[in-house]
Parts: sequence; structure tokens; C-alpha cells
Amino acid sequence: MPGSVDLRIGIDVGGTNTDAVVLDSANRLLAKHKTPTTPDLTSGITSALEAVLGQIDQPVERITHVMLGTTHATNAILERRDLLKVAVVRIGAPATVSIPPFSDWPDDLRQVVSAGEVVVPGGSEVTGVPLVPFGRDEVARFLEKVGDSAEAVAISGVFSPVSGDHEQEAEQVVREVLGPDIPVSLSQGIGALGLLERENACILNAALVGVAHKVVHGLTAALAQNGIDAVAFLTQNDGTLMGLDYVLRFPVLTIGSGPANSMRGACYLADVSDAVVVDVGGTSSDVGMLLNGFPRESSTPTDIGGVRTNFRMPDLVAIAVGGGTRVTGSAEDVRVGPESVGYRLREEALVFGGATPTLSDAAVAGGRASMGDAGAVAGHEELLAAALRRADELVFVATDQIKTARGPVPLVVVGGGSVILPPEVPGVAQIVRPENYDVANAIGAAIASVSGQVDKVFKLAGRDRQEVLDLACAAAKDEAISAGADPAAVEIVEVEEVPMAYLTEPVVRIRVKAAGPLGRM
Amino acid sequence: MTNDPPKLDEQDLVDLSVGCTVLAGGGGGDPRIGLLMALNAVRRTGPVPLIDLDSLAADDLVVPAGMIGAPTVMVEKIPNGNEGDVIRAAFEARLNRPVAALMPLEMGGINGVLPVAWAAHAGLPLVDGDLMGRAFPELQMCTPHLYDIPSWPCVVVDERSQVITFEPRDNVWLERLARNAVSTLGGCACAGLYPMDARTAATPLLRGTVSRAVQIGRTIRTATDDPFRALDAQVDLYPLLTGKVVDVDRRTAGGFVRGSAVVEGIEHDAGRLVRIEFQNENLVAMEDGEALATVPDIITLLDRHSARGIVTEHIRYGQRVVVGVFRAPDQWRSERGLSVVGPRAFGYDLDYVPVEDRHARVG
Repeated sequence: MPGSVDLRIGIDVGGTNTDAVVLDSANRLLAKHKTPTTPDLTSGITSALEAVLGQIDQPVERITHVMLGTTHATNAILERRDLLKVAVVRIGAPATVSIPPFSDWPDDLRQVVSAGEVVVPGGSEVTGVPLVPFGRDEVARFLEKVGDSAEAVAISGVFSPVSGDHEQEAEQVVREVLGPDIPVSLSQGIGALGLLERENACILNAALVGVAHKVVHGLTAALAQNGIDAVAFLTQNDGTLMGLDYVLRFPVLTIGSGPANSMRGACYLADVSDAVVVDVGGTSSDVGMLLNGFPRESSTPTDIGGVRTNFRMPDLVAIAVGGGTRVTGSAEDVRVGPESVGYRLREEALVFGGATPTLSDAAVAGGRASMGDAGAVAGHEELLAAALRRADELVFVATDQIKTARGPVPLVVVGGGSVILPPEVPGVAQIVRPENYDVANAIGAAIASVSGQVDKVFKLAGRDRQEVLDLACAAAKDEAISAGADPAAVEIVEVEEVPMAYLTEPVVRIRVKAAGPLGRM
Repeated sequence: MTNDPPKLDEQDLVDLSVGCTVLAGGGGGDPRIGLLMALNAVRRTGPVPLIDLDSLAADDLVVPAGMIGAPTVMVEKIPNGNEGDVIRAAFEARLNRPVAALMPLEMGGINGVLPVAWAAHAGLPLVDGDLMGRAFPELQMCTPHLYDIPSWPCVVVDERSQVITFEPRDNVWLERLARNAVSTLGGCACAGLYPMDARTAATPLLRGTVSRAVQIGRTIRTATDDPFRALDAQVDLYPLLTGKVVDVDRRTAGGFVRGSAVVEGIEHDAGRLVRIEFQNENLVAMEDGEALATVPDIITLLDRHSARGIVTEHIRYGQRVVVGVFRAPDQWRSERGLSVVGPRAFGYDLDYVPVEDRHARVG
């Protein structure tokens, strides 16, 4: 039962900093805190909680909701640590055997993750008709062989977004052979069309279940230590919330939560629903597009740790423009990044007494920012001016690239390094630099709404298009409401239809997302 | 000089897939599935020999092969890999003679790469050539059709190794029959057609197109300075416009993806607006109501920075592109060729004007 909303804490655990904020039920910012991220999740969250609780001087009983965004899952994949060994079952033989599972994975990640793989008969045609009968016995034999080493199972079937029956039958076989406790991921709930990319996403999801447990336990332990009895959520790729039980089932969906939180925070702070958002960090900037208050999602596969996946991620253009980005070369032939001094900015940048020209120095030299000793850039003026022009050009192109329509839109600038950005950008109506821009991501977590999604291939088979669309919308709303959204305020925020080519019988893929604020009881 | 033919290794296959996207003219699908199949096959069997047609005896049987149907289905229902063996066995049983080599049906998109996987599995060499020199949507749009060479017997095989053999009354009927069969088989299937002995193939064959596609991919990969200039030195490139995509419209009609993309000029082309219309492949490029380029010349959207080709499924708003045109093979520019694949064959009331008569090359 979701409690009525009073005070909410939003926390964003990034690679460098952990940010925390407290908002009241009217979304007013009561406290904010920024602290270096610790390797130990519980102690980092605990110190962030203590800091903001100290600022508001209110009883902890008033904290009703805590929302956490974290890059833990992403880092686990990039650093190949804490990943479970996954037994991979693909249902699709005799089709698909020409490209076995893991074919396009980097060798080192494959070795860490794979507990063995098999391709068994089954799967579906695009019409939902079985390709061939499901190879139940083959699945059982495979599981008996790899059962000792497998810590999780990933199951993907051909056209499972159209018919998921064979994946569900395979899950039953896993329960019979390996018992009720082993985590099982089915591809139908994770990715869209494109077997290899959906299978990859499903395998990553299974491998991340251990990380998800760590994060969930870290958060609940930190809450308990601070005597907070609140409903806890994690944020996901689309900037909406997921309950902790959902996190344990779909950890891969937290992977894009960092940039999504920043964009949602920018949306709230600047009070806009359609805008380009530039989030400037220490090493790079993410440029994204807000549509109806949500990050636009990517329509092309996303590369995660060298693995191609197709679940929905925010559509981002990343550029090597950050506060710590290194400037090299000469005024005539300047190079900007991609290297960065990162967290060593306060030791290495010229204005802080270091010897490395950075974009922060360029911003000081160009009169955009004041930090450190402005005199320290003497002798580098031409190089730094050229670097600033180059960085501006990268921002101009990325901004223009991410826009969906020709008209000018506002540009919202957030993130700690945002002072380096130019005062004007072509094709942009105005630049908004909101207050509290440095904790936009934690605010994005705190204001996150609850969503429900449907992504399925429908056979029209006598029904008209509108009928099928209505069904999908109703299902998405139901899902959002059952996840805690206010039934009176939930709305459809995205609809996408993709007709399939070369088929005589009309088949259409429909993707609908509904979202709404947390219910207030 | 050695007598051994060159062999397609893993790097060649990656380059081939890049070249196929440039030559596809926007169609033929993303070659990725074909590339992964070919890489897996070559890792097992070793590199595939790429032979000149002239190295075969006049009576040797050559079978062109490719997938037909929807690339959007193939991303789920990935082929089995054995299709080449099944096609080979079906032809050998039917024609009572051995198959000497396989050959790509078209040199664009997924079909430029898939036959390498089949040749590897079947232990056959691949002929360096094809029947389109690019990608086209229909089965009669192949060079042998211009010389009344029959497309049959045509063997269609699905992933269950079900085989259908067609003996239609002409090549256009094959297109109709095969399209329906493929729909029944679930939206995509694999086919061998236009079986020819080496003597017969000598006339229609577009020679050297596989190595040309590999070379295009290699050029794009290794270009250190300006990939467009490097590409132009390799295969004459006529750039129509440098711009960004400002509108994309796609719909499905009659079993094909039809639509258009509008590219707005940037840099030295600022102020211009070019519209590309496509039916799977890009068909015409229009500016101010006039055609800048048409089929059969190859109109491809190339990434502004890398010069890689962009297939119609992947065109999206904001992409920085160069609209580039490559000359069609001479056989398509003949009167008969234009009647099959010229602008009027696709419903445009336009005369074909060779790209080099209207535009300058990169340099």
C-alpha cells in the first residue's frame, strides 16, 4: 500500500558524486547535499541521508518515499564484476543456429558471464504460429549439464514479443530441474524485435540480478540505519520509478537511469516539457531531448560494455566536452578531449595551480566562469580561445542533431560543469540555466513518476487499428496504476506504431507508455 | 602471381558488409545478420575462395543465391546457415550435374554477405560478381532478364529445410509466385535462381562486384583524411548535397516499405532542400520539382563524417549526410535495362539522365 506523499528523498549515486535532495509534497526543495561516491553503497547512502536529514530538522517519520538512481549496474558490466554466471537458452532451432548466442560479445565479458548455451527447437513465426514444436527435453538435458555452474538462466525465443508461450514453457522446465530459487529472465519482458539484441539484453539482465540484490539491500539497510520507514523505489531508463521487487527482476532497466534522471530534473527545474537538455559532467556531456516531459528514447540499438542491445534507452548524443576535458595541440590545430583530468580537476587545471589546460581554464579565460586564479591562464589565451570555439561547435552540432523538429526549442543546461557552455546556441530559442542545476539528477529521481508499458506485435485479424490501439493503451494505464500511479492523473505519454513489411496479413507492432504521479491515497 | 584465388577472410567480410551498404542505395536491409553468419561460418571452415568466372570451365554450373522477403523478419528468424547446402543439393538433384560455385544475387545490403556464409558451409567457391551491381526489390530486376535468360528452376528454402521449386512461364511470374510463397513461409526465405553455366553467365554477369564492395569498405575504414575523396578515387562519387535529414516518412504498401526523406543543405549547400523517395531502395532525388538523380544510378545517403552508407530503415531526423550517387552498371543504362529498372518501371514519369551528365564528382 503506497502511503500518502509527504517528504521525499531523491538520491543519485553517480560514478564521482552522490547527490541527495529532500522535496516536500509540493515539490519544493528543502535540502540538498553533494558528497563523493563511496565503494560501499550502504555507507555512502547513509551519509547522504544523514546530511539532508540534518538540514531539514524534521522527524524522519515525515519521509514517506525514497527514490534512488544508480549507475551500479552499468559499472558492473563495464568493470566485469559482481556478474552472475548465466545459462543461456535460445528457442529457435532449426532457425538461428548460424549465429550462436554470445557471437558478438567481447571475449572477456563472455567468459565472465557464460555458464554455457544451447539452441533448442521452437519459437514462433511473425504471425504467432509455432515455428516447430518446443524442444522441452533438450532444455532439460542442457540444464542438467550446466546446473552446477549456472547462477541464473536467460531464455529467449524467436518472435517471443508476438508469442511468448515457448519461453514460459522453458521457464517451467528450469523450475523443475534447477528449483524455485534460481533467477530466470525471459526476453519477452525485456527487449523489442531483433532476436540477437533482445537475447543480449536478456543475458545481461540475468547476469545483473546479483548486483540488483546488493543495491536493494544497500538501500534498505541504509534506510533502516536511519530509522526511515518509507516506500523505496529505483529509477529506470525512461526516468520513471520501479519498485524494489521489480528491480530484482529487471535490473538491466536501471542502466540508463543516470542521464534520464538528469533530464527529468532539468524538465522540472526549468519548468519546460519540450526542450533540449545538456548535462555537463567532468569528462563528457550528454545531450538529450525532452518530449512531453520525458527523455526521448533511442530508436537504434545501444552498445553496453561492447554488447549490442535493444531495450529502450534515452536517445543521447555524448560529446567529449566536460569541466575536466583536456586541451592539447596549438591555437592553429587544437584538440579537445576525449581525455579528461576527471576528479583531479582541482589539482591539475591551470586555474587551480596545475599544469594541464582544461575546458574549465578555457571558460575562465573566456570570461564565462570564475574559479581559482584567473591569472594562471596567462600565456595560454590563444589555445584556450580556440578550444572554447571547438567545444562550442561540438555542442552546436550535438544540439542540432538531437532535435526532432525544425523549430527553435529551449535548451536547458544542468550538471556541475555547465558553466563552460556558451551563452548562445544556434537554433535554440533561449538557454535556461535553472537554480540547483548541480543536483538536477537527484531532483529527477525525487520527482519521478510511475509508468506502465506495452510493447507487443498485434495481428489485426479482423479488428481495426483503433481497437487494437485502445487495448494497448488501457493495458499500459493498468500497469502504471498497479505500480502505484494516481489513477486520476495517469496519461498516455508515448505511442509508436510500426507496420511490418512483406506480409499479406496485417501485423503491427505497438508500443505504448503510460505514466502518472504517485497516488496520494 | 600464384594460381590460388584470393580468399575472403574475416576483415574482408567486415569491409564487404560496409561496401554493401554503400552499394545498396538504401535498400537490402542492414547486412549485420549476414555478416555475423558469414563470420561464424568462416571461423569454422576457413576463408572462402573468391574466383573469377573465367577460372571455371564453360559447362560449370553457377548458382546465384540470396534471401527474399523482409529483412525485418530476418532479424528474428535468422537463417539456419545450411541453406546453401540445401540449395546446392536441390539443383544437383534437379539438373543432374554438380554445382561448381555460388554467386551473390545482388551486391547490396544483407544479400551481398549472406552467400559467403552459404559458400563456406557448402564448401564451394564464390564467383566475384552479381546480377544487380546494387540492390533492387524484385527478382526480374536481374541482368540475365535483359537477355531472356530464365530465372528457373528457382529453389526456395526455409529454415526448416522445406524446399519449393518454381518453374514459372517467365521471370515476372517468378517474382509473383515466390513473393506469395515467402509470405506463407513466414516473411523471409532463401533462394537460388538464374542457374547458369559459366558460358551463359559471361554475358550478364556484373564482374568484380564482390571485390569492389570489399574495396569500398576497406577505403572507408582506412581513409585517414577525407573518406569521400578516397571513395571517389576508388569508385566515382557524385555528391548531390551535404545536409541533414529534416523529415522522414515511412509506410508499408504492397509488401514494400515506401516513403521519403528530406535533406536540408548545410555548409556550402545551405538553403537547398532535396527530397529522396524510396521503395526499399532510394529511387529518385528531387530538388525544386526536378530530378537530380534517378534509378538505376545508385543514390545512397552516406554519413557526413565516416562516409558509411545508411539504409532506409535507419534514416532518422538530424543525421548529417552526404547524398551521394554512383553510376549504375552499363547494362542497366541500356534501353532494355531502363525498361526494367529505370524511373518509369517504378512509376515515375521521368526520363533517366546519367548522373555524370548533370553533376560533378567530388574533386
